[in-house]
This record gives sequence, C-alpha cells and structure tokens, in this order.
Amino acid sequence: MTGNNLIDIALIILFLPLLGFTVTLFLAKKVKKIYLFETLIIIVAFVLSVILVFLKLNYFPNATTTSEVSWISLGSISIDLGIMVDNIAVLMIFVVSLISMLVHLFSIAYMHGDKRYNRYFAYLGIFTFSMNGIVFTHNILMMYIFWELVGLSSYLLIGFWYEKKSASDAGKKAFIVNRVGDLGFFSGILILFATYHTFTFDKIFHQISLGVIPFNSEFWLTVTGILIFCGAIGKSAQFPLHVWLPDAMEGPTPVSALIHAATMVAAGVYLVVRVFPILTSGALEFIAIIGALSAFIPATIAITQNDIKKVLAYSTVSQLGYMVMALGVGAYKFAFFHLVTHAFFKAALFLGSGSVIHAMHHEQDIRKMGGLRKKLPLTYATFLISTLAISGVPLTSGFLSKDGILAGTFAFGNLTGQWFFAFVGFLVALVTAFYMFRLVILTFHGEPRDKEKYDHAKESPFVMVMPLVVLATLSIFIWYTPNPFNPEQGAFLSKWVKAPTIVTPQDSRYSFLKSDEAQPEANVQGIQNVPTPSSTEAANSGEEITFSKTYTEAMEHAHIPAMMLSLFLAGIGILFAFLFYQWKKLDADKLAEKINPLYKLSLNKWYFDEIYDATFVALTLGISKVLAWIDANIIDGIVNGSATVTKMFSSFTGKFDNVVVDGMVNGAAYMSGFIGLMFRKLQTGKVQTYIVLVVFSLVILLFLFKSF
Amino acid sequence: MEVGLNHFLFVSVCLFSLGIFGIVTRKNAVMVLMGIELILNSANINFVAFAKYGNFGYQGQIVALFVIILAAAEAAIALAIVLNIYKTFSTVNVDEIDTMKD
Amino acid sequence: MSLYDIIFYLFAAITVLSAFFVVTTRNIVYSAYYLLFTFFGVAGIYVLLGADFIAVTQLVVYVGGILILLLFGVMLTNKITNVQIKTGTVKLAPAAVGVALLAGTLFAGLLNTNWKTFVADVPASTAHTLGLLLLQQYAVVFELLGILLLIALIGAASMARK
Repeated sequence: MTGNNLIDIALIILFLPLLGFTVTLFLAKKVKKIYLFETLIIIVAFVLSVILVFLKLNYFPNATTTSEVSWISLGSISIDLGIMVDNIAVLMIFVVSLISMLVHLFSIAYMHGDKRYNRYFAYLGIFTFSMNGIVFTHNILMMYIFWELVGLSSYLLIGFWYEKKSASDAGKKAFIVNRVGDLGFFSGILILFATYHTFTFDKIFHQISLGVIPFNSEFWLTVTGILIFCGAIGKSAQFPLHVWLPDAMEGPTPVSALIHAATMVAAGVYLVVRVFPILTSGALEFIAIIGALSAFIPATIAITQNDIKKVLAYSTVSQLGYMVMALGVGAYKFAFFHLVTHAFFKAALFLGSGSVIHAMHHEQDIRKMGGLRKKLPLTYATFLISTLAISGVPLTSGFLSKDGILAGTFAFGNLTGQWFFAFVGFLVALVTAFYMFRLVILTFHGEPRDKEKYDHAKESPFVMVMPLVVLATLSIFIWYTPNPFNPEQGAFLSKWVKAPTIVTPQDSRYSFLKSDEAQPEANVQGIQNVPTPSSTEAANSGEEITFSKTYTEAMEHAHIPAMMLSLFLAGIGILFAFLFYQWKKLDADKLAEKINPLYKLSLNKWYFDEIYDATFVALTLGISKVLAWIDANIIDGIVNGSATVTKMFSSFTGKFDNVVVDGMVNGAAYMSGFIGLMFRKLQTGKVQTYIVLVVFSLVILLFLFKSF
Repeated sequence: MEVGLNHFLFVSVCLFSLGIFGIVTRKNAVMVLMGIELILNSANINFVAFAKYGNFGYQGQIVALFVIILAAAEAAIALAIVLNIYKTFSTVNVDEIDTMKD
Repeated sequence: MSLYDIIFYLFAAITVLSAFFVVTTRNIVYSAYYLLFTFFGVAGIYVLLGADFIAVTQLVVYVGGILILLLFGVMLTNKITNVQIKTGTVKLAPAAVGVALLAGTLFAGLLNTNWKTFVADVPASTAHTLGLLLLQQYAVVFELLGILLLIALIGAASMARK
C-alpha cells in the first residue's frame, strides 16, 4: 500500500465518467438503456472514491501524493499535467461523486420520458469528469481547462430544453457572465506563469515563500490574488456576477442540485481554498467584502421570490457568499466545512424541490402549493431536516459549519476591529432562517391552494426518495463530530482538514496570520493549530505555523457568543416565518405595502438585470446604434469632399469604396463617420476582412515586440 | 554571398506573404485553399531549414512530415466544406458569403 | 558562387515566382498549375536542405494528392460550360499594403536576428533515420495521425455526399 495506489485510484475515478460520457453519447440513439451504463459507471466511481477517502484518511492523513507527467517542454520551461491527492481533494471527491451518483439515480425517474434522455446522462457524465478534474489537479492551468469544461457542461445542461427560449437564453447568459470572471482568472494565471514559469501550485507556493513575487511588489501579488478570485466570482456566482445563477434554474432540477448548488458553484470556493496560501491581506479583504455582499443581497432577494427553485438559487448564492466571506476573514477550515455540509443539505433541498415539482406536474410557484406534507411525507421530512440545517438549528451539520463561520467573523472583528463582516454574517443568518421557513411553510403547511394539482400529487418513486433520505441523513451532526455543539471534536476538522501554510510575505498578511516565531505552538489545543507538514513537495520549507496563537484564542473566545447569538437569531427568523405564514398573526402583504420600495427592490432582485441591461448591454447597443446612424448619414458625404484624402483612406482600409454624398460634410462629423465606419465594418461577415485585420494586428504586434 | 539559413527563411517569408495575399484577395474559396497550402509550405521550409541549421537533429523533419500529413487531411476536409458551401449558396465566392454578419 | 548556390537560387526563383503567379493569375486552372511548380520548387529546396525523404513526400502528397483534390474542387464548383474559369479579386490595394508591411517586418526581423547556426552533416539519406524515429520515439503521434487522416477522409466523404 503506497501513495501510488492512491494516484491509481484517483486516475480511475477521474477518467471513468469520461468513459461513461463517450459511450453514452455515441450510443445514445442506438441503445435505449444506455443511461443505465452511465449510472453504473458513476456508482463504480463512487465506490472507488469511498475506498480512496478511506485509504487516504486512514493511512496517509498527513501526506500529499502527487504525480505528474511533462506535457509540453519549451527549453527550461516545462508544463506538467498532474494530479494531487490530499485530504481536501479526497473529501471533495467524495462529495462530488456521492451527489453525482444520487443525482443520476434521481434523474432516472425525474427525467423519465424526456426525448433526449440518454444525452442528458451523457452530459452529467462529462460534468462529473470535469469536476473531478478540478478537484484532483495539481496545477492551475489544468484547473483552468477543467474550469472551462464544467462551464461547458453547465451551459449544455442549463440549455438542455433548448426549445424553450428562456432556457437557451439562460444558458448563454451563464456562459457569457462566466466569461467575464474567467478573463480575470486567466489574467491571474498568466501573471503567475510569467513570474514563476510554472503552473504547479506547490512550486508557485515554494517560490513565493522564498520571496519571489510578481513584479517585485506586494501590490501585484494582491492583484494576482484578486484576479484569480475573479474566476471564483463568476463560477460561484458572487456579487456582482451572481445574475446568471437564478436564471440557470431553467435547467432540469436534478442538474440544479448537482451543478448549481452542490458542486460546480462550489468550485469557486474550492479554487480559493487551493490558492489560499498566496492571498495577501488586501486580496483576502476584497474576497471578504465580495463574500459579504453576496451573502447579504441575494438573501434579501430570496425573501420575496415565489418560484421554489429561485428561492433556493438565491439562498445558494447567499451561502456561497458565506463561504467566500469565511475564507476572506481567514476561517479557512470552516469555509471548506461549510462547503461540504452545504453541498449535502442544498442538494437535498434541490432534489426535494424536484420531488415537489414532479408531484405537482411541473408547477414551481409556491403560491399554488401548500399542504403538501400530507401527500409527500418523506419529501417533507427530508426537506425539513435540510431546512433546519441551512437555518443553523442545533443537531444539524449546517449549525456546526455556520456557527464556525460566524465565530470566524467574530474573531476577525475582535482582532482587527472590523465588525462589518460579523454584522453581515449574523444578519444573513436571521434572514436565511426566515426565508427558508417561509418556503417550507408555503409549500408544505397550511391548506392546499391549488386543489386540483394537490389531489393529483403523490409521493415520488423510490429512486427519487432514496437520494433525499441519504442527503438528509448526511445533514445530521453525527457524521462530522460526536459533540453537536463543538465541531472541533470531530475528525473532520481536527484530523482531516488542515489549514495550509501561508506563503505570502509576512508584512502583507493579516496580523493574526503572521507566524509568531517566539513560540512553536504545534500542540496548543484549539482551532487552526495542527498544521502538520501537509505536503511532500517543498512547499512547506517556510514556517509551518500558519495561524497565530492570538487567532486561535480569539476563535475559542468567539465560539460560545457566536453560537448563542446565531441560535437566537435563527430562532427569531423561524418565529417570524411562522408568525407571518403559518399562524397569520402578521400580514406579509400589508407589511410589503408599508415598505413598498424595499419590497419592490427585493422582488425585482435589486434590479441587477435591469441595471446591467441599462448600462453594459445598452451601452454596447447604443454605441453600435450611434455608429450605425452616423455611418448611414455620412456614407453619402464622402465622395465629393476632399476626394483625394478619402481615396487614400478608402484604399487603405478598403471600406470607402463606393460612398455617396449626403450633405453633412464637415470635419468633425467626417472623422466620427470614419471611426464609425471602421467599427461597424469590422463586422462584415466576410472572413477575408477578418484576415486583413489579423494581418495588420500581427504587424503591429511584431513592431511592439520587435527585438531589432 | 554564400547560401545560408537566412536565404531559406527569405524564401519562406516570401511564400508566407504571398499565401496571405492569396487568401485575402481571391474570391474563389478554392483559391483561398491554395493560399493556405502556400503558407503551410512556407512553415515547412522553416522547419526543415532549422532542422539543418539549428542543431535540432531530426525533429524539424519529423514535424515537417506531420505537417504534410495534416495538410492532406485539411485539404480533404476543406474541399468537402467548399462543396457543401457550393450546394448551399450556389457560389464559392467567399465575399458573397457573409451570413456570419447576421 | 558555388553550384549549390546556383541551384538554390534557381529553385528559390521557381518557388517564389510561381507562387506569385498562383495568387495573381485570374484563371484558377492556371493557378493550380503554377501551384504545381511551387510545390516542385519547395521540394527542390528540401533536397538542398538535406531532407530527401521530406522532398519525396512533398512531391507524392502535394502534387499527387492535394493538387489533384484542388483541381477537383475547381471542377466541381464551376460550371464546365464556362470555359474561362476565372475568379475576381477583392481589396487588392489594402491587401498589398498589408502584406508588404508584414513581409517587410518579417524580413527586418530575420535580418536583424543573430541566428546561432550550426551546420549539421548532411547524411546521404534520411529515410532510414526518419523511419526509425517514426516507429519508435514518435510512434504514438504517428499512429494518431494515421487515425486522424482516416477520420478526416471518412468525414470529408460523408460531408461531401450529403
């Protein structure tokens, strides 16, 4: 039993779904039952990942195994492909393959009768493959490649019912919005590569710990961190790029559970977890602010939404914001903890909503539901457990992780005097409890509001209920810690997840992330204090202690008050939800009228789509329109006036060939007309024009970078 | 002046520029393909020239061989595409095919 | 001026001149024939560079295969009754300027670069060595290319058949 076996198993897990995808896609039309093959493949992958988790955590809890092959070697630079198996990766792979398997099973019943049934499973396969790639990769370039691959599979699955215009639009929106973030991500990667000539995480960390930083300036290290985080902003739907996720709910519900709740959107958080060691305090602060905004804004939107999936989508953004904020304030372990627990209970919620939607014959409006708990007892029970978890009620996993994050923000406030994050954290906890219980009450309690659909509703078949039960079971505290009030006592946080070695220069860290050299504290009881050498690579040649003693103590002090406060707030939120919607002591409609502007703001999602439409989209359209107008009016105005210059320009660009005068020949208009023409004519649709442009740009580039 | 690396590169640059010129100016899609073949040939001359003058052993020649294979595949596919274009638009004049604009 | 130089200039002239006619002649069929001379000239240049196997491959594949394909392309996409198979040109002037700029830049670049040249011995024949390399070090690439070619041909056939 050596580390190499781990690599072998990891490779098999990685490539099995690809095999499933290929076979399923090619035989989709020929073999009706091919989806069973894909499902079987995923089950095998899941079993293997259980074995992998078991072996890794039992036999090599402190080692990181990597294996790499050289892909491209250019002189002294070598671009490697490789996989890395460490604790975080195996935990993540367990989450991914478990949820993927459950979603496959769930989809067998949910998607039954769809005309592209087999292709749907093939897409799930390619998604699982790409997600596994993100998890196992040991370098940031492969991460980027798989990052785009999950983006592609997400696009395919959101627009799976592409006959519906809203679905195909949502797919495009997700793709384009993600591109914005990925642009930043890629720029960050390029900066790293330009500085370190390698993509491998360990090597980059090692060089940073030796003091090599981009452009010799900590500012640029911060910028690099923020740029890489941009990828996470896009993929994890963080503010201000969160707008795609709610629209992505146009996809099939199991897909929403797998991709847009549990795994792919968590990839952004996973990315930040991976690059955490290189983030400076500036970058972390930026991350925390983005996280806080993403936690707060969608939470307020979720209160007024009436589509069951939209509520869950906004709560997903909000919870992801939590994780990101936790990373930003340095609560690394709890961020990852919350990622795992959230994956389970949010997948349960989404699959539960899928079960409800299935029973209600594709009705998603919660105003037309109600009373469903009698018809769907199992769905109700699992949904309720997951809701308790997301609201942070004791005995659930969500309570543990959320409490940890809140304690983290508390400790952060204590140490730095910035209480903003703690404030947002607790506020969101309150709001979350409220809207989640609003959802439960409106869906499952009270009287049925659509009698006909209610009468036809019946509990979903076994393959749909089983995943719910499994996921709800995983939302109980016992899997993570024996003591429901102290997550630190469980193996998950004390043995498995370890804080990484921070490599950024000392004075660019948060004060509490500085290693206090005076006291080696490897044995202090408490939180982030067991950073055993976590890597076989040279990355830990720097100091091994990441979080200082002050921080550890602050976390311990923050634990109890944070727990009390969060419990209290969750209680208030739940109480209000019952007052409003169950007992009708308070009237939600009247309140909505009283605070109409706020209500409207929330109902219309803070007008983000409108703002983007009015600014970016409208700006682009506006510029094109103005240019087109100028163009149309000036086209005629050129032959007569100053013919020679015109001809020179026209022969030079080939655009002015047959223009006619209109009458607005004056200097300024002429210039703007010229520019307008140039921009508009860029889109001639003729390949040759594009090639001419490429040639010119090539010449310009050659001149820019000329070495002679 | 004795013939050296620069001479070969010179020929290669000429071929490359003429290829680009052909691609950009000719209307007929088949002519565009001929331009592409010229460019591939110019790249190949570079590979082989550097194989001789650059102390790379046989790598350059191997790559040149691969390029020829790829060019064959490319020509086959491209002509199939041209035939399809002809069927769809009843013309192979690339300047008349601008549906990409819409 | 040695014999080697004279032969080089001869082939270079054939290559460049015929390439020039390829892109300027209005008649496509003529263009194709000029292309034949270009390929021939390039093959000659390969021989001068000591790459005899590549030169033969060039002749076999380009002249025997690709050129014939191109001619078929010309014939299948023009009405045969149209005796003068001509083709117009577009945007001559800007293209000429752009290409001249590009060529000038490239020339300037290569003239100003200090190449570290190293003249290898020219073996009598490269076929033996290349064969060994292809089937040993580059065996996988070689096989993959074979598969690619097969796929391309099948794909082309099925696309053209539709």
